[in-house]
Amino acid sequence: MAANRESQNPVELDELYRDVILDHYRSPRNRGACDDATVSAEGFNPSCGDEIQLSVAIVNGTLSGLGFGGSGCSISQSSASMMTEAMTGRSLDSAREMSLHVQQMLTDDEFDLDSVDLGDLEALSGVARFPVRIKCGLLAWKVLDQALAIATGESVSDDSDIPTRVTSA
Amino acid sequence: MTTATSLDTAAIRAQFPILSREVHGQPLVYLDNAATTQKPQSVIDALSGYYGTMNANIHRGLHTLAEEATTAYEDVRKQVAAFIGAASHREIVFTRNTTESLNLLAYTLGARLRPGDEIVLTAAEHHSNLVPWQLVTQRTGAVLRFIELNDDQQIDVDTARAAINASTRIVSVVHMSNVLGSIAPVAEIAEMARAVDATMIVDAAQSAPHMPVDVSDLGADYVAFSAHKMLGPTGVGVLWGRRDLLADLDPFLGGGEMISVVTREESSWAALPHKFEAGTPNIADVIAFGAALDFLDEIGMDSIAAHDAELTHYAVERLSRLEGLDIYGPADPADRAAVIAFNYRDIHSHDVATILDRSGIAVRAGHHCAQPLMRTLGVPATARASFYLYNERSEVDALVEGLLEAGERFGFAR
Repeated sequence: MAANRESQNPVELDELYRDVILDHYRSPRNRGACDDATVSAEGFNPSCGDEIQLSVAIVNGTLSGLGFGGSGCSISQSSASMMTEAMTGRSLDSAREMSLHVQQMLTDDEFDLDSVDLGDLEALSGVARFPVRIKCGLLAWKVLDQALAIATGESVSDDSDIPTRVTSA
Repeated sequence: MTTATSLDTAAIRAQFPILSREVHGQPLVYLDNAATTQKPQSVIDALSGYYGTMNANIHRGLHTLAEEATTAYEDVRKQVAAFIGAASHREIVFTRNTTESLNLLAYTLGARLRPGDEIVLTAAEHHSNLVPWQLVTQRTGAVLRFIELNDDQQIDVDTARAAINASTRIVSVVHMSNVLGSIAPVAEIAEMARAVDATMIVDAAQSAPHMPVDVSDLGADYVAFSAHKMLGPTGVGVLWGRRDLLADLDPFLGGGEMISVVTREESSWAALPHKFEAGTPNIADVIAFGAALDFLDEIGMDSIAAHDAELTHYAVERLSRLEGLDIYGPADPADRAAVIAFNYRDIHSHDVATILDRSGIAVRAGHHCAQPLMRTLGVPATARASFYLYNERSEVDALVEGLLEAGERFGFAR
């Protein structure tokens, strides 16, 4: 029974564990609090314990730096790491738009990958094929949304579809 | 059916239809038994047989179906009483699950507590034996105390003695940890509780499926467990309580079935155990639970315990040989029952579980509804393999192979 288990469906697992994701998990970028942070937020998935703390420096409407901490699975942590890289230097509007696109990619079956240029973040698209792991990929982006909302003085939406509790830090 | 040291797993497996299915093109290797066990055909048949031939509301109907259903339901109560060595079937209360049994106790016993009274739990409690008591402390001003783990991650007599004192009113302990697999010395702790006149409660959700549990040997006042972790259906829990104590408790839920005389102003209660079974109970699942107990009785709990111990021993031995594998719980496999929580390399348990699932292997990952214990162990989460009477050595081998594959995917050589 144990023999030849390696002949499992490698394609699907490869879709989840792309090289880019494993690379960010093993060598996270921007780990630790961001210098000169102007806003911070944190969130966790109560069902699995993944947690992300995010700090963002916003200067003249631009995200000049991001840092993250926390613990969790490869998907939650690499998603955060990739996010901090991809959001650095973006305007508030651009960051919000990218966050929306990534969340659509993770949750919307109809999402057209060719419609936007997500760069390395496209590696997260395979997560959508693993329903129980989608919330892992979403966590960092929910925390980012929270941080940006705090920064601009907006009220924070309580998205009941996503089992992520975000609290301002 | 078999010798005391090993089970005919091939014959047993043939009676569980789900064990012949595939997951992701691989034979199912079900190692999540501490969460819930699979069901034999006899249980499935009992469930559909009830609805197909006997369905009626119980206790109050005067027609044949009601009489048959009532008898079948009450026969299972007697069966449960015999299974755990209860003095009377009137000591058996059916609930929804262990959690509800423990909430019943927290609600009724908790109402008697005063500020400063102490409730003693252990560091290894499932949330089901922690959160209800936290609610009690909020209502009453009583305080929680915890029996800590010793250096071998076990609850022992010394750590228990340090927590129980003259202010202790309730001691509620998990018999077998759903994470560590360790067995608490319940009978000794019950003696300590008795010495200070405290009520002794045992959460037997994990132990009742895996070892002979005799309530008089445990020396407890109350014992709670769930049918679905011992081959039975979901939706049935058991609360056993000493008859004099149950008689003295106020009801938990009010409604039909649990009353004797009702006027506009007040009511008197039905006799035990009906006082605690308000409303139409889960008749079908209780009756199917009877088939599960038949199955366990036929094999014998001693044989099941021996099988589980043998398999756990083998699994600990094989897993321990993997580089970078940490096992939580007692060092000697003889001190644990059929649960092994572990972490492999620095791969998060959710990734381990996802990768194993693609090989058809079902394990649990996360905090196992025991977040305070995870903090005590200093880990955010663990993977957990848990065995039952139908598991085989080849499935442990599959687990080891699956872990090696997970390691490779994360860049570790075999």
